[in-house]
Amino acid sequence: MSGLIIYLRLCYEFFLTGLLSIGGGLATLPFLRDMAERTGWFTIEQLVDMVAVSESTPGPIGINMATYVGYNTAGVIGAAVATLSIAAPSVIIIAIVSKLLARFRENAIVKNVMYGLRPASLALIASAGLEMARLSLLRTAPELDFLSRVDWKSVILAAFLLPIMRFRKVDPIIMIAICAVIGILFKF
Amino acid sequence: MTELLNLFIVFAKIGVCTFGGGYAMVPILERELAEKRGWAESTELLDWYAISQAMPGIIAVNVATFFGCKRRGVIGGIVATLGMVFPSFVIILAIAAVLNNFADVPQVKSAFAGIRACVVVMIITTVLRLWKTSVADRPAIAIFVPIFALSAFTGVPLALLIVASGVAGVAIGAVRQGRGK
Repeated sequence: MSGLIIYLRLCYEFFLTGLLSIGGGLATLPFLRDMAERTGWFTIEQLVDMVAVSESTPGPIGINMATYVGYNTAGVIGAAVATLSIAAPSVIIIAIVSKLLARFRENAIVKNVMYGLRPASLALIASAGLEMARLSLLRTAPELDFLSRVDWKSVILAAFLLPIMRFRKVDPIIMIAICAVIGILFKF
Repeated sequence: MTELLNLFIVFAKIGVCTFGGGYAMVPILERELAEKRGWAESTELLDWYAISQAMPGIIAVNVATFFGCKRRGVIGGIVATLGMVFPSFVIILAIAAVLNNFADVPQVKSAFAGIRACVVVMIITTVLRLWKTSVADRPAIAIFVPIFALSAFTGVPLALLIVASGVAGVAIGAVRQGRGK
């Protein structure tokens, strides 16, 4: 494909993915899978690898995937086009919503809606935490019983961190760095 | 201009430290934006998360845009998003270009197992801290518990849960007003 057309297609495909995936985490996954089948830009295996890479690098998976696919299809510029395209719908929609929110902040109905949203938002954060706890403290080996699946090193580290992070003011960024080093030193 | 640059740098910093998706970002946002700089209230962060969850797009980007728009309008939203995306862009380019089996390197796996344990604890402590401000009374607990159970143990679409809790908020408000009269 010639240069400009591939950029336009990347832009279109990733803009659409950004627009259609509602909700966090792996919400982009079904759309990326569909894209793999339609465009042939990447295989399902590459998508699975990319999920693994996304889990071990910072950044949302949709963004990571856009950069990766864009680069493999059309180099660095392709990566930039795909990444900006997947983020663009969010920016446009939220810019509008945030204007509306600022204008109607004092409205009684908006206030009541927000009153309902806050505990729900915290509940979703808690349930994402539970899911992450399951992933990080238990090994995926369905044939074993519960106790043999427990990843004791991670459990001990978490138990050690909990009081420190609860009752002391520590910078989460520094804690992440320390835990990465602990992970390497103790071969987690 | 300086403030836009600051916005970019703060979100790039947040972007570097966000392992494991939009929700893992909550503790770092809370620390960097609310606690350290006083740029936003914790409850505002929760509002943005809830709305982001029900809106199209990537949650981390949505929240970055919300915050940027609040500080510096649309340009701020764009700059915060670019800052947020920049680190992962560079890292993934490097991986795509040179490190093909990055995720299979044993040290990388070990480091991330350690980081994951830390992220779990960070989320737990953040939930405990935000509990006081966002789950202040009984009706709020009555929203928290079913939403937590449904999102943790069933496959109900999260956007639907957010819409339902908004409706519940309006209903609770109406009941309160009825009582007040």
